[in-house]
Amino acid sequence: MRIGYATAMDQIDVAARADDVAARFGNVAAPHAPLRGTGLLLDATGGPAARRRAVRQDLAEGFALWRLAVSLGWLDIKLRYRGSALGPLWLTLSGAIMVASMGLIYSRLFGIVMHDYLPFLALSMILWQSFIGGLTADACTVFLDAEQIIRAMRMPFTVQVLRCVTRNLIVLAHNLVVPIGVFAIFRTWPGPAAAWSLPGLVLWIADGIAACFLLGSICARFRDIPPIVNSIMQIAFYITPIVWKPSQLGTHGWWLPLNPFDALLEIVRSPLLGVPAGLLIWASALGYSLLLWLAALVIFTRARPRLAFWI
Amino acid sequence: MSEPISSRPAAFLRIEGLSLDFPIYHGGARSLKKTVLSVASGKLGPARGATGGAVSGVAATRRVVVQALRDINLSLVPGDRLGIVGHNGAGKSSLLRAMAGIYEPVAGRVHVGGTVNALLDPNLGMNVDLTGRENIVLRGRYAGLSSGAIRLLEEDVEEFAALDAFLDMPVRTYSSGMVIRLGFGLATAIAPQVLLMDEWFMAGDSAFQDKARARLESVVRGAEILVLTSHTVSVLRTWCTRVLWLESGRVRADGPADEVLDQYTLATGGKLPARATAATAPVALT
Repeated sequence: MRIGYATAMDQIDVAARADDVAARFGNVAAPHAPLRGTGLLLDATGGPAARRRAVRQDLAEGFALWRLAVSLGWLDIKLRYRGSALGPLWLTLSGAIMVASMGLIYSRLFGIVMHDYLPFLALSMILWQSFIGGLTADACTVFLDAEQIIRAMRMPFTVQVLRCVTRNLIVLAHNLVVPIGVFAIFRTWPGPAAAWSLPGLVLWIADGIAACFLLGSICARFRDIPPIVNSIMQIAFYITPIVWKPSQLGTHGWWLPLNPFDALLEIVRSPLLGVPAGLLIWASALGYSLLLWLAALVIFTRARPRLAFWI
Repeated sequence: MSEPISSRPAAFLRIEGLSLDFPIYHGGARSLKKTVLSVASGKLGPARGATGGAVSGVAATRRVVVQALRDINLSLVPGDRLGIVGHNGAGKSSLLRAMAGIYEPVAGRVHVGGTVNALLDPNLGMNVDLTGRENIVLRGRYAGLSSGAIRLLEEDVEEFAALDAFLDMPVRTYSSGMVIRLGFGLATAIAPQVLLMDEWFMAGDSAFQDKARARLESVVRGAEILVLTSHTVSVLRTWCTRVLWLESGRVRADGPADEVLDQYTLATGGKLPARATAATAPVALT
């Protein structure tokens, strides 16, 4: 009994395999393409070394699947706004409304002229809300939300992490229109210094990935972590110069570089306001990022083998 | 004539001393507060002596661990068609998930060579909010197919599942039969070297069953190693050459299909008092 399908699929299989081999080795006669699922080894006898190897493999395979992660991230956004007329533009619109209303109230409260205050507020609020805060909240459920797929097939956890970061980058990109609009209205363009925000953004992405591994693992095991994270982020929002300017603290602001959120926010915000972030800020941001990555790797290495059971 | 493609090395599946524990968290064990308290009181425990409260506090938060699999040893080579039989909760699905690399063992090793495809449940990680077509593309992406191959995959699944206009509607709106058709078509579209299969594929209407059988047969023929779990003895007799009988997570018997299945039928039928006269009343076995 033969049906058309078998031939067609064998061709797909052969074609895909040949592509793969050619891409990797530049030679179709090369031995065997290290396709995913090839040479799967789960070893509980190897101890910590095997666990660390498995994490490296997860990262490598996950990054190799970045196309899938990006598609998943895009689809998440599309799904959220499927059936709505404005689609993801709702993100932009709600960001604009928030900034406009806060700007009116706080510039009056603080007694600062709009021209000085609104560009700062618009940028700070959008960077915080749509990336730092949004990603942190998202990171808590990064593995919980993917329960179905994690229990149905073996897929690197890194894919879910990259998906989450992609999703938040898309939100950020939509929302950045708001501060750009404010810059246009007040003619406060940052100039060439703005390019310095790019390395900052790279560090943000790296930190976002680490935060997903760290919070995703912990929250899969302990379900009361997300509310705790939520309250910490709320406190962070108030002690970090977002609605208020650091200059308002005067000499009392010496501790600001100790605030990891301030350092991280500054490396992207400051260049976009026309001043590259100082060395101290960068050192602080890099130091905290290193700590975050270390914590993430330690926790994820321990949690990874058990994640499928926890979710 | 779907012989294994000569360029790829032979598949294998080796399991050595595999044990799998399933933590079950109920109420308190999920709570950070209780875990912290129980660790603290556990440390204080000996100093305070046998105070009833501390002990029960520890016991209340300690998680329950189900021993899903114990000391499984198995080695499969190309051509092997392994059936796994056992009662509900005997560990069939857990073993299948361990082979697929979804569950990591607490002891022992699982080593699989070759491409693996696991058909575990009809949804197979499909996102129900996406359309059928989007799910097909995602699956193709996951399998690392090129865009051209994904188009072929789409055509193939579209033709097989025969969902017509529904293919462009969210999977959420499908009837359960349609979900199975799509899931089955998708799962069986990419030919793996090692095929791990749960028995759900027996579902669906009868017209679909014939179609499914033909498709499944070609995939199974193309796979070098098949592992199939089922309660249904007749299914295992048709497909398998070797059968592993699991009982509460351990191997009770392992050998040629007919031999083990006869033992299994006897053991399970033995519970029926009228087993000896069963031959005169075959209707009883529906």
